[in-house]
Formats: sequence, structure tokens, C-alpha cells
Amino acid sequence: MKFLRKTLDKVKPTFSEGGKLSFLQSTFEAIETFLFVPNHTTHGGTHIRDGIDLKRTMITVVLALVPCLVWGIFNVGYQHFLSLGQTGSFFSVQNFLFGLEKVFPIIIVSYVSGLTVEFMFAQIRRHSVNEGFLVTGILIPLIMPPDVPLWMVSMSTIFAVVVGKEIFGGTGMNFLNPALTARVFLFFAYPTKISGDLVWVAEKADGYSGATNLSLASTGGQSAMINTDWQMFMGYEMGSIGETSVLMCLIGAAILIVTGIGSWRIMITAVIGALVMGYILNLVGAGPFAEVEPYKHLLMGGFMFGAVFMATDPVSAAQTQTGKLWYGFFIGIFCVFVRVINPAYPEGMMLAILLMNVFAPLIDYFVIESNKKKRLKRAKI
Amino acid sequence: MSTDVLDLKEEKKSEALFSKKNRQLLSNPLDSDNPVTVQILGICSALAVTVQMKPAIYMAFGLTFVTAFSNLFISMIRNSIPSRIRIIVQLAVVSLWVILVDELLRAYAFDVSKQLSVFVGLIITNCIVMGRLEAYAMANKPWPSFLDGVGNGLGYSAILLILATVRELFGQGSIMKGTPLEVHPFEAMNLPFTGNGVLMMPAGACILIGLLIWAQRARNGYREEA
Repeated sequence: MKFLRKTLDKVKPTFSEGGKLSFLQSTFEAIETFLFVPNHTTHGGTHIRDGIDLKRTMITVVLALVPCLVWGIFNVGYQHFLSLGQTGSFFSVQNFLFGLEKVFPIIIVSYVSGLTVEFMFAQIRRHSVNEGFLVTGILIPLIMPPDVPLWMVSMSTIFAVVVGKEIFGGTGMNFLNPALTARVFLFFAYPTKISGDLVWVAEKADGYSGATNLSLASTGGQSAMINTDWQMFMGYEMGSIGETSVLMCLIGAAILIVTGIGSWRIMITAVIGALVMGYILNLVGAGPFAEVEPYKHLLMGGFMFGAVFMATDPVSAAQTQTGKLWYGFFIGIFCVFVRVINPAYPEGMMLAILLMNVFAPLIDYFVIESNKKKRLKRAKI
Repeated sequence: MSTDVLDLKEEKKSEALFSKKNRQLLSNPLDSDNPVTVQILGICSALAVTVQMKPAIYMAFGLTFVTAFSNLFISMIRNSIPSRIRIIVQLAVVSLWVILVDELLRAYAFDVSKQLSVFVGLIITNCIVMGRLEAYAMANKPWPSFLDGVGNGLGYSAILLILATVRELFGQGSIMKGTPLEVHPFEAMNLPFTGNGVLMMPAGACILIGLLIWAQRARNGYREEA
């Protein structure tokens, strides 16, 4: 450790102002603060200090994602061997190794391409590199199908970081969730690689049906689904890498709620919204998919993952407490609505969250205005 | 007073056909005063016709032609147009040229005409044409107005060509499809190619224009006015 400290101190002047490599200052700072606790102290007036800074927030979310990731790795292997006709136990070394071989490169590509862009922008704009990408970098692989080509991961990550985030000023300024921006880019740019029935099992055997429960239900209704409720809840099903297991998402949700980082308001109202829309569609009964029991929408596809990790993104979600309730509620409503009503987009969660991301500032505006009105009324009496 | 005298003098002095001022009328719209990326006009058709290069080139020619000649004719009759009905007069003149372009396309390039569909007709209400008539031709002599029209048409054409090249190349893997110059760069170099669906959609073109504006502003050192 001392050696590292010494080396850093030695090269520090080179990267400081006036040094030879001063244009790389942000990069140096990022590496230094990554390795050691920075010894910066507060200048000027009094600040309210809190232990929970951006770095800790981000790392908590990453920790909350670990159950999903581990399950995803096992599941990628499990689904692969299942397609070959080998049904072993779920938590086997064989499954893990195969899954790791598939998932790990996606994670590396996502982090390397995303961080490269982040460092470049920080460097050009003379900002310090911040931790905003830590979560995005792990979220992106978790919402990709296991068979996705790596160059597409890289391309969509770069698109998401540049167009979804840096254009608007970097971390904290983006009005869209960057991870979902990456996915939506892939979804519209290369639809055959991220939807349909061929991509959900890595190296699947020929002739093996690769349709997810969601796409089966969207054509054939409830009876067409191949997995039981219990299997879908646990996550023994096909889907994007990290989203299959509702249980693991709930563990993540618990971590986020206990630490106060994720908003329980959004998660709960999203579930309520989905159930309400599910019941409404049940009553209307437009086709077999509309008649699926409402609670199944919570188990299918990426609903739970989206509600827990995507919708609660503190930057792109609504900021006011009442606003969060409406924001989550409409995500649930639109998710089921898009799933059932628009056959071209079987997974409505991504589009629902992005849509509500755009509307979040408007929701906040109305909440604040109505609060103003309420208080003005009270003041008159 | 003194400025008035100065103006009169300049009016009197006959100007060279391609004086520096006139050359700027042609060159400014290409970059620092581009109708699409700086004035943000004509976006609608720029998104709609740039899926492939061939229709984009026809559209570019059509718009340049219409802008130039509408500017010329409106400028010639600018002093006799009553200002209260000037828009409808302008529209009548513009429609003349647009109908001419439309008929020519139908006669000699029917497939392109079908591809461009309604967008040729919509040149009549194109903001670039109307904008140049209002902003320039109504207050300037015919020759500079003509040059201004050509310049703005070329500025629009430049953006159209850039968009169409990128969209066709990465969306379909070809360049100048449907013309004698057709090439398939990816096939020719034996590279694997997957068409990018985003670029085929108008939304992708909108993002592309945004990136173009970004690059241009970064180069020209643009700063938002407070």
C-alpha cells in the first residue's frame, strides 16, 4: 500500500496544473480517489455532511444487483444445458462456468466502453470523473439477452453515455435512464438481436423453442406459458441475463429500501399500477393476452427488475414524494398497457419507464403547483 | 443623416456580379448560417427524405431550384406586392416552381417521385423557402436574392447529403443505391454488416442532426446567448 501511495505522490506533480500531463488530471484524480480515500477537506462555510455520498450510493446499488447477477450467471448456464436436453441441478459448477463465460465479457465490454467515454468527457470538460457509470455499467449487461454480440453492447453503451447522459451535462443531468437508453437503442437498431425467440438462450440447440413466457403469453395467452408461477418467481426461465428471478429482485429491493437508496413509493405503486391495468384489461378482455391473470404480469419479463432498479433511478425519476407515487403508478399502467395492446413490443417495461422518465418533471411541476395552491388557500383563512 | 447619404451612394454604385458580399451570400449558408443546423428550418423534410441518397439528391436539387427562383421572382416584384397579402402572393409564386419540379420528377424520374411522395409538394410550405422570401427577397435586389436562394438551397443540400450518406451506409450498407454509382462498401471489403434500424427511422435522423449541430457548434465556438 505504501508503495502505491508513494508512486502516486511521486507522479502527482506531473498531472497537476502546470505539469507535463496536466491535461490528464481528471484521469489521475479518478484513479487516485479510486485507490485511496481522498484527503480533501471542506473549504468555506459550514456544510451539512453526510456519510452517504455518490460513491456509497452507487456501490450500494451494485451490491443490491449482485443477487440478480449471480442468479443470472447460473441461469444462463442452466438454460443452455436445458436446451441441450441436460437437466441437472441449478446451482452446478458447470452452469456457473458456462454462464460466467457468457456474462463476464458483456460486463467487461460495457464497463470499458462506458468508462472510456466518461473519462474522455471528463477530461475534455475538465471535470472530475464521477461514479455515475458504476451502476449503469452493471445494469446494461443485466438487461441484455445472453446471446447479444459484444460489439452491439459496446455500441449501445457508447450511445447511451453520449446521447443519453453526457449531452445533457453528465451524471445527475440525464432525464432518461442511461441503461435503458442503451437497451432501447439496441431494441430499435438491431431488433432481431434483442427480441424474438432466438436470443434468450446462449448457444441453444437447433429446434429448441426459445420463446419466453412473455412472448408465448402475448400470442397464446395464459395457457401457452411454459413455466409455472413458482418457476417464474424463482427465475428458472428464459429472459435477459439479470431479470428472470423475481425473488432476487425482491432481495435487491429490500437492500435498496433498508438503506434508503431506492424509493419504496415507486416500487409499490408500480406494482399497484400493473395490477390495476391487468384487472381493467381482464374486464375488457381484448384477446388472450388481456385475459392473463394480473399478478402474472409481475412475474413475466423484466417487470420486477425494471420496477426495482430502473424506475427508482434517483436522477430520472420524479423528485417529489407525491410525484413518485404517480410516477410509479403510471409506469405500472403503461407497462401492462404496452405489453397487451401493442403486439410489436412484447416487453412494455422499458418503454413505460422511459416514457415516464420524460414525464417525471411534469409530474413534479403539478405536485409543486398543487402544493402551492393548497398553502395559499390556507394562508388566506 | 450621414448614414442615409452613405446608403444612397452604395445603391448607386453598381456592384460586381460576384463581389465579396455576393460570394458570402453563397458561402455563409453552407456553414455559419446554415438553414438546417443553425436556423433549424426544414427539419421535417430533412428527416423524411434522407433514408437513401438518391431521393435526397433529387430533393436537394428541387429545393435549391425552388428557393433560388422564388427568391428571384419575388424580389423582382417586391415593390408592387401589397404587404397585407404578401404571404399569399409568395405562396402563389412558390407553388408555381414546386408544381414545375413535381411535374418534371413525375415525367423523368417517376420512382423517385413516388419515394418523395408528399414531400415535393410540401416544399411550398418549407420554412427555408418562406423564410428566405420574408427575410431576404422582400428587401433585396433580384441578383443577390437569387444568390441567397441558391446558397440556402446548397446549405440544405449539404446537410441532406451528409444525413443520407450516413443513414444509407449504416442503415442499408450501400451508397447511392439505385444509381449507376451504386456501391456496397461492406460487401466489397468482405466485412460483416448488420443494418442499423435506428438510422432507418426519422428519429435516428433527428439524433444525427443533433450530433451534426453539436459538432458544428463545437468547431465554430458557439455560445448560447444569455
